Amino acid sequence: MKLQRHGILAGLALTATFALAACGSDNNTASSPSTPTGGSSASASTISCATGTLNAQGSTAQQNAINQWVKDYQTQCSGANIVYQGTGSGAGQQAFISGTADFAGSDSALTAADQPKANNRCKTGPAIHLPMAVGPIAVVYNVQGVSNLQLKPATLAKIFSGKITTWNDAAIKADNPGATLPSTKILTLHRSDSSGTSDNFTNYLSTVDPTDWTFGHDKTWKGPGGDAEKGSDGIAAQLGKTDGAIGYVEWSYAQADSLNTAKIGNAAGQFQDLTAASAGVTIASAQTTGTGDDMQMKIDYNTTAQGAYPIVLVTYEIVCEQGNSSTALPLLKGFLGYTSSSAAQQSVTQLGYAPLPETVRTKVAATVAKLS
Amino acid sequence: MSQPSFPGSAEAASAASADSPNDLTVEDDTRTVDIPRHRSGGRGPVAPMGGGGALPTRRRFGPESVFRWLTTGSGVVVLVIIVAIAVFLIAKAVPAIRADKANFLTHFQWFPDDEVPKFGIASLAIGTIYSSAIALVISVPVALGIALCLSHYAHKRLASGLGYLIDLLAAVPSIVFGLWGRDYLYLPVEQFSGWLHKYFGWIPLFGSDGPYGKSILLGALVLAIMVLPIVTSLSREVFRQTPPMNEEAALALGATKWEVVRLAVLPYSRPGLIAAVMLGLGRALGETIALALVLGGGFGVGIDIIHDGGNTIAANIANGFGEATDIGRGALIASGLVLFAITLVVNVIARAIVYRRREFLGSAV
Repeated sequence: MKLQRHGILAGLALTATFALAACGSDNNTASSPSTPTGGSSASASTISCATGTLNAQGSTAQQNAINQWVKDYQTQCSGANIVYQGTGSGAGQQAFISGTADFAGSDSALTAADQPKANNRCKTGPAIHLPMAVGPIAVVYNVQGVSNLQLKPATLAKIFSGKITTWNDAAIKADNPGATLPSTKILTLHRSDSSGTSDNFTNYLSTVDPTDWTFGHDKTWKGPGGDAEKGSDGIAAQLGKTDGAIGYVEWSYAQADSLNTAKIGNAAGQFQDLTAASAGVTIASAQTTGTGDDMQMKIDYNTTAQGAYPIVLVTYEIVCEQGNSSTALPLLKGFLGYTSSSAAQQSVTQLGYAPLPETVRTKVAATVAKLS
Repeated sequence: MSQPSFPGSAEAASAASADSPNDLTVEDDTRTVDIPRHRSGGRGPVAPMGGGGALPTRRRFGPESVFRWLTTGSGVVVLVIIVAIAVFLIAKAVPAIRADKANFLTHFQWFPDDEVPKFGIASLAIGTIYSSAIALVISVPVALGIALCLSHYAHKRLASGLGYLIDLLAAVPSIVFGLWGRDYLYLPVEQFSGWLHKYFGWIPLFGSDGPYGKSILLGALVLAIMVLPIVTSLSREVFRQTPPMNEEAALALGATKWEVVRLAVLPYSRPGLIAAVMLGLGRALGETIALALVLGGGFGVGIDIIHDGGNTIAANIANGFGEATDIGRGALIASGLVLFAITLVVNVIARAIVYRRREFLGSAV
């Protein structure tokens, strides 16, 4: 009898738990912000509202920008529910191909093997790449007594390939005339997780100095030595603790933690500081390599344009040019139309992104308007 | 009436109640048990009493059969889940291993997303086993010490409080351990590594001259702290199971407290301890995110434990999955299959050890 009573109690408790849990999830799904409030960074005129739900996932490099845009858009448009999961470019592409994502954010273009699969998913139209967020990669360092580090590409490649091991090496001295450099050992920091940032950074190194950097480019770090850290936040945290460390992070992490950012030598012979403008110069000189409305971009790391900061990363949204589901299409066009507006591009500069150059932006906006 | 009446006590009671007949009556020993008569539909003749005929007959949809199906179903679910996991792993892994241009078992590096995919499990498997083994070497003596203290040395109230704290440690999520290890344990380990190398550098374990910090040593320390509560609370329970008579016999023979522990408690608990350690090992082998945060990565393999580096199967999966291509995902799943096999082998060994020493089993396991 006593046992039974306990059983009943347990049953009641269990039911109550489930009931509460059910309440919880209900609240979560229904929590689309529906109260339009003013004071948004974007003016209402650039936003064409649509309702519905948009599911997207992919690159974490553009996640901060997307989150900001989603917030702005949903503030203006009640009834729009946009979900972007930062699962990584590979997972995003996979979700897009399998149809679970309406668009994918990606740091790299679809591979030749995946492009046909993505086209099949779009049924009537090809899958196209739209450049959306430009993320410069900052070279950050922590060396006691050094605050204005300048590095030529060859010096950078030698540091990360382990050919230069101390901060008072002759090559670093030559790049920084007049600076007093300590004899501290150099500790290079790189990503332990596979990432588009590593891919772009190593692509830069292998392009500008293939004799010193012989490891090609890959999402997984292949260089020798150094310390591996999980995520850009891992690199930023470790850098703050270690005298003599140098690493590479997305610009936003360098800004958020006020890390020392090195000036990088460009092909025009200048040491260029990283700013939204100097990263924009490099993007403006990039070539569009895709056909038709497909806008894959090839960045010219050796650009001789004046004032260019050469290490930048372009992240794409991969969408169907045609054959989008009729339920998702209005919101897809509305949201991407907003993200490709100049107001939206400007609104994420303080998050560590550089705006798309105007020529590219207008073409992206025109393509978004044509999506069907 | 609920009190069972022993013959002796009944006699004593009846003897005591002889003077006062109005006392409680305890002498009725023919208790009538009310056996519920079930509506068995009148099938066959009524069975005579005694041959089990008075027992309730089986009903098709009674609580008995429902409960029986529920329990059997739960048992089957376990099997189905294990088979489903194995099928999933194998189905995803085989195409990737086919595409592998290096030997999957002996290649040391892991680059499945290249134009020519080359990857092998060797360094990851070695790193997994190595870091777990060191974690056990660090944590098991401490855990047994704590458990013995709690079960045999500490004051009762202190012991229950401490035991509660230890169990609380088991409730800390692994990512918290990882972040803590990365942000706070890192510096002490880095300095300790330098000290180890300075004075014990002649031992190959401490042969590296840096950089230090994000090493197998840091990973093993974090793992050791994570394994500690499991091993401690299990072995505490095992120690408590020692029959008091064994301990009292040892005491009666003039044994000191330490000798009681050595002669009575430890031999009796051995199979249970092995099971506890193996469970801890299982946790260490499968630990993912904490190691992904604290290990230095890379695919080098060496006996050295203080040099930056080290990687495990689970950490490699956590680091690589998000950006992996088709082959990369399959490759990571194949590595998961290897981890599955390693844990299986560990469990089988643990079972075998416990089974061989079953003479001590009792209720210890």
